[in-house]
Amino acid sequence: MPGRSDVRRRLAVTLAGFGALTFAVCLLAPLVGSTSIHFSRVFDRSIPFADNVDAQVFFVARLPRVVAAAVVGAGLALSGVVFQALLRNPLASPDTLGVAAGASLGAMLALTAHADFTLLGVSVVPLTSFAGSVGSLAIVFALSLARRRGTSSTVLLLGGIAIAALLNAAGRFIQYLADVTETFRTVQWLMGSLDVGSYAPILASLVPFGIACIGFVTLPRVLDLISLGEEAAEARGVDVVRTERIALVSASLSTGAAVSLGGPVLFIGIIVPHMVRLIVGADHRLVLPASALFGASFLIVCDLIARTIIAPVEMPVGIITAIIGGPFFLWLLFRGR
Amino acid sequence: MAAISRTISKGLKAQGSGLILAAALSLLPFALPVHAQARRIISIIPSTTEMLFAMGAGDRVIAIGSYDNYPPEARKLPRVGALIDPNVEQILQMRPDLVVLYGTQTELKRRLDRANIPNYSYAHSGLADITQTIRSLGTRVGVAASAEALAARLERQLADIRARVAKRPRPKALLVFGREPGSLRNIDASGGVGFLHDMLETAGGTDVLGDIRRQSVAMTTEMVLARAPDVIVELRYSKDDINNADMSAWNRLAAVPAVRNHRVILLTGEEFVVPGPRVAQATERLAAALHPEVFK
Repeated sequence: MPGRSDVRRRLAVTLAGFGALTFAVCLLAPLVGSTSIHFSRVFDRSIPFADNVDAQVFFVARLPRVVAAAVVGAGLALSGVVFQALLRNPLASPDTLGVAAGASLGAMLALTAHADFTLLGVSVVPLTSFAGSVGSLAIVFALSLARRRGTSSTVLLLGGIAIAALLNAAGRFIQYLADVTETFRTVQWLMGSLDVGSYAPILASLVPFGIACIGFVTLPRVLDLISLGEEAAEARGVDVVRTERIALVSASLSTGAAVSLGGPVLFIGIIVPHMVRLIVGADHRLVLPASALFGASFLIVCDLIARTIIAPVEMPVGIITAIIGGPFFLWLLFRGR
Repeated sequence: MAAISRTISKGLKAQGSGLILAAALSLLPFALPVHAQARRIISIIPSTTEMLFAMGAGDRVIAIGSYDNYPPEARKLPRVGALIDPNVEQILQMRPDLVVLYGTQTELKRRLDRANIPNYSYAHSGLADITQTIRSLGTRVGVAASAEALAARLERQLADIRARVAKRPRPKALLVFGREPGSLRNIDASGGVGFLHDMLETAGGTDVLGDIRRQSVAMTTEMVLARAPDVIVELRYSKDDINNADMSAWNRLAAVPAVRNHRVILLTGEEFVVPGPRVAQATERLAAALHPEVFK
């Protein structure tokens, strides 16, 4: 059993390591893009912003993308850690409980119905996809309320899979009724995009993400105990039902915020927690913050590749996360054997 | 002529008339319209439906696709599905002697071939392909003369627009045909090939994405800023597809000359998305948007 000071030391090392990575990536990413810009002009106050193309490329096109990638990457990675621990299943992901399916359904409804409104500068698709994720969270939450104490987390897992299937079917039905252009727009949305074009949707997503983070802060110790089994956790004084609900709500809010901002780049949520566990071990006090930082860095790098690899056009970021993440994950899995 | 005889021989093969017969007949194109007459045509694609009606073969069309809305008299006809959901059973039941379908509908084509129903595959690309399709479809249907007249008229109209803007400076233009409502996300713009690109060049503009050899380009805000178009033209099927809040989304990119000089223009109408006989009309509207001084 590692001592408290040992954990503190490892936490400091982990945060310093992953923090430095995130910092470096955040600093580097806005400097690279499909066009070349002059940094002397970007920060040249003598040119009015409206006329300064370099400043606009930097502040309107690139910087919001990097920030959005950080929020989406961190949000999905954190939800992934929590879902995997809560359901004690390595394949659990932000979509296991149908949250991402709900978000996708929301986006599809807006795109197919040609809905067009904005709320506090946020356009319709992020709004409806967030509503969809909260809607599916409500169903999952109702399930967890109805669930008797003592049943296995398998019930929740299977319930979530059933809800996801139901919502996906509803989505497919809408797509089937939609015309070709609407279907095309939906497919585009499903591939994920971080070109948010302004700070309003980022700020809006920070509200649910912030609430989720408050929940996450309370979780590391109890998740460690729940990972060993609910009975063992209860024996050590953990209120399993309460923890489960905090974890469900936090992870769902965080997924909803991430998916409404960047589309369902869900692979991040499965793979980043495992990558981080392979590096820092299973202690959630380390895994949670490290996953947030690594998820952010990983998605920023994937987006950087997506927007430069076949310049002047772009690749959808969802394709890059899987192409880079898959082999990297396999390497981590097999390196020591 | 070679193209016409090639098309006819393709059609004959589809009828199961045999390779040798088709090859022999393709050497005698002048004798063919009699054999190639079609009287019960199903056209699934909006542009070919428009072409058939415009070349005077509308009375032979017995059914159309779900999204075919022009000309108005076509709307009375039964609909048999569209690009991704053609109703094969209904099509077979109507006993057509020609089905006009899109090039990617290979499964439908296979089933029609199996049922020995002649079909004509069409795929749209540049402006020149529109008149080429009108000519070959006209010959296939048996109205070659009126199809030729229609194609020639279209070519004349396009040449006339080209001549009117020939001496004007050519603004760098971006043609946007879709994006996420109320934002600048997932912008779809016309690339350097295809009928929209050709329309833009004919209308006296320089395509800012002309170097990207694709029909559609997924654009980002960085690309719009870097390419700095003088004019941004938003093309939409109908006015319901876009509103004022949508158009004001562009104001975020104040450094783009089109935004700074208030030259973000919305053009709505089916003719912008259907590469058919109304393409000259669409090109003229586009030219008027790019060169208002010429088209007062």
